[in-house]
Amino acid sequence: MTMHIKNGSLDTSISRRGFVSGAAGLTFAFTLGGLGRGAMALGATQQTKFNAFVSIAVDNTITIVCPAAEMGQGVLTSLPLILAEELDADWSKVTTEFAPADPKLYGNPHRVLHGAQVTAASVSVPGYFMPLRMAGAQARKVLLDAVAEKWKVPVAELTTSNSTVIHRKSKRRISYGDVVTFATIPAEPPKVSEADLKKPSQFKLIGRKDIGRVDVPLKATGTATYGIDVQVPGMVYASVLQSPMEGAKPKDVNIPDVMKIAGITKVIPLPFGVAVIGDSVEATHAGMKALKVTWDESGAEAAGFDSEKAKADYVAKGQDPNAQTIVEYKAGDAAAGISSAAKSVEAAYWSEYAYHAQMEPMNAVAQVSEDGTSADVWTGTQAGAVASTIISGILKTTPDKIRVHQQFLGGAYGRRTWPDAAIQATILSNITKKPVKLILTREEDLAAARPRPMTHHALKAGLDAKGNLVAWHHRLVSENVDAVAVPPRFKASGGKDYIGARGLDQAFYGIPNVLAEYTREIRGMRVHNWRAIGSGYNKFAAEAFLDEVAAAAGKDPLTFRLGLTKDKPRANAVIKAVAEMSDFTRKRSDHGMGIAFSDYHDTLSAGVAEVSVDTTTGKIKVHNYWLVVDPGMVIQPDNVHAQMESSVIYGLSAALIEQFAVKDGIVQASNFDNYPVIRMSDVPEIHTKIIASDNPPTGMGEIGVITVAPAIANATFQLTGKRLRHIPMTAERVQAALKA
Amino acid sequence: MTSIEFTVNGKAAAVEAEADTPLLWIVREHLKLTGTKFGCGSGKCGACTVHIDDKAIRSCRVALWKVAGKKVTTIEGLNGKHPLQKAWIAEQVPQCGYCQSGQIMQAATLLATNKKPTREQIVAHMDGNICRCGTYPRIVRAIQRAAREA
Repeated sequence: MTMHIKNGSLDTSISRRGFVSGAAGLTFAFTLGGLGRGAMALGATQQTKFNAFVSIAVDNTITIVCPAAEMGQGVLTSLPLILAEELDADWSKVTTEFAPADPKLYGNPHRVLHGAQVTAASVSVPGYFMPLRMAGAQARKVLLDAVAEKWKVPVAELTTSNSTVIHRKSKRRISYGDVVTFATIPAEPPKVSEADLKKPSQFKLIGRKDIGRVDVPLKATGTATYGIDVQVPGMVYASVLQSPMEGAKPKDVNIPDVMKIAGITKVIPLPFGVAVIGDSVEATHAGMKALKVTWDESGAEAAGFDSEKAKADYVAKGQDPNAQTIVEYKAGDAAAGISSAAKSVEAAYWSEYAYHAQMEPMNAVAQVSEDGTSADVWTGTQAGAVASTIISGILKTTPDKIRVHQQFLGGAYGRRTWPDAAIQATILSNITKKPVKLILTREEDLAAARPRPMTHHALKAGLDAKGNLVAWHHRLVSENVDAVAVPPRFKASGGKDYIGARGLDQAFYGIPNVLAEYTREIRGMRVHNWRAIGSGYNKFAAEAFLDEVAAAAGKDPLTFRLGLTKDKPRANAVIKAVAEMSDFTRKRSDHGMGIAFSDYHDTLSAGVAEVSVDTTTGKIKVHNYWLVVDPGMVIQPDNVHAQMESSVIYGLSAALIEQFAVKDGIVQASNFDNYPVIRMSDVPEIHTKIIASDNPPTGMGEIGVITVAPAIANATFQLTGKRLRHIPMTAERVQAALKA
Repeated sequence: MTSIEFTVNGKAAAVEAEADTPLLWIVREHLKLTGTKFGCGSGKCGACTVHIDDKAIRSCRVALWKVAGKKVTTIEGLNGKHPLQKAWIAEQVPQCGYCQSGQIMQAATLLATNKKPTREQIVAHMDGNICRCGTYPRIVRAIQRAAREA
């Protein structure tokens, strides 16, 4: 099944077989590798599987497939726009659709994902940029070849503009829709190379400020369809009281009590929790409240885990010279550099567990076929192909038999890289032999949280007699995210934590001796991708500590960073730009100013926070935040600004208030009252600046998160003389720091 | 089970359900008006905001029996023509978009009683609605634009 965005309606009752009846026209079946699937007859109706990026109908409508998930970052517009650019398409006639889960056709070739069809790590635009341009150029070439043959003119005399092929000499013009009435796709699609692509100066769509996102009108009218909105005939409702920790299984369940609730038809204990099936959401959610379950925790790693008590172990591991570590980044000899330094500095930093708090609680609709060998799943997911692979294993079938129908994602931030709702709904459909709509309560969404881990950072630095930073040692102590979120990669890499270790490196600062390393805590928490991943906490520790080092060197934080980046012009430029933009060196009365720098997957950023502190309550108020990014080429400028605003606010929430503790292995939070997130009244003025270039585009979905926490900590130091080394910087922690 | 009659978006509706069913689920699953969203189930996030007799109310906290004979308006009832919806598009407010129906319904009751709200009044009125994507600055701008252009 596909979803046509322009009319915004999704009729789930029509098709559960992935059947698409499209308009007559051509389907350009180009894969990312540029392989076609052979000739297609004129006027053919698109059939069965959607294995193409672009099709053109005789009415000039152009349909472009988006291979990534739309979770607010704008890819449903920006990715098709890239293809439309090279196709020279009339954007007003372009319809965009979600691709099915099919990594062979739609996998992201970016180095971080190596072909996986996962929407994560801010690499959709960077990864798909060239393949989509090639696909657009290739489609355009087919159109040109067809017209050249029809008009008996050299193809070199033809040009295109706005979905029209033009022959200037004879003053003839023909629309793409008319071309497809006679064109056929050659069995061997024409070869295109980078030389066939437009130069940035020729772009008509990329970089335009006036092209809005295609999903915005739907989302302003309540007509965008999320997983939670899907209804399938004959479906029953379900909710699942989630196992409070991974591996805990239900032991005693008060099934008869729950069955007394009107509308509940089944209560099913399962290895991952207790499912309640019923005729309505309200019945199943009432069932969640009525359930009384004791758990067998013998198979749960997290049993008995207490995050507060564990902190002493983390501290010890941070200092233990014999601790087993994995080196993330090394230059020179950090230990020797520190021991021979004229002056050394040491500090410990912390971050707490954080929950994604995506607004749409986890949910999915699943329908397993009668013979149990195939399934349709409707859900909003960052990893549809992961879902189909896991589900195919459960149903003992193959991934192609699991059709994941992508919906809009009501927030993701990494949470929807794990398709637990899709898996659970499919299992329940297989048991009940009915389509099942699973909707977690907010409480269960939090109980099943896949958080950013609690982290401890032991940092040491050495300065020479002139105050130059000559040695840096950063040891991260935390659970390894890859071990839980991407076990195959973790295993294949010999235990490397790609996700958790992001941001530990010091690739942009000229420090001669660096050791950045991490250890592994095994605590059984479901730690996962959380917007900006490791960079969120590692750069907090590193950039706040760098201010301590600058102070020890008797240098100001800006000059210090400019010196460290003098050989990295792009990094130097964002730092300079944010300093100018915020008038950083001007002292404010009663307000502090703090600066931080970070890279993330090739994007560079620098941020400045202006804060005040209520010394009675300890509450930090951020008045202004300035953010400068260098993301290379910009596809949709307004959307990039929107992502910057969004990630700054997400970062503020994490920096100031978001956390949960774990007791007896159980998440100590249940809803927005005891897991507060930032609201409008705490949002500062946000000032954003893009340093654009013709360099290849890098990602924009997460970068803004990273500098917020260290910039606030550094600003608070400038104002109060007190270091804040623990996020979130809650009023209580600030109060304690002020008294210290 | 009980049968309750009320008005939804100007049309008469009769629903058979348990009397204490939250209006949210009546609107979404029974009447299939899915623009109204489920966020927290306890009135803490605002995603489910609808109008009951022109007041912005969290529909997850209102039992079905309480709306008997009342006038309920959901995002679908604004028909895409409300000045706020136009402003929401002009300012490109939504990101994931999930909370935006609730934001717009909440904002609509402000403009209905205060044609030219100050920034402070906007923030005070909107502070109960969470937007996890952090579209808050654009929400403020869109409300100001709607106030200007309405």
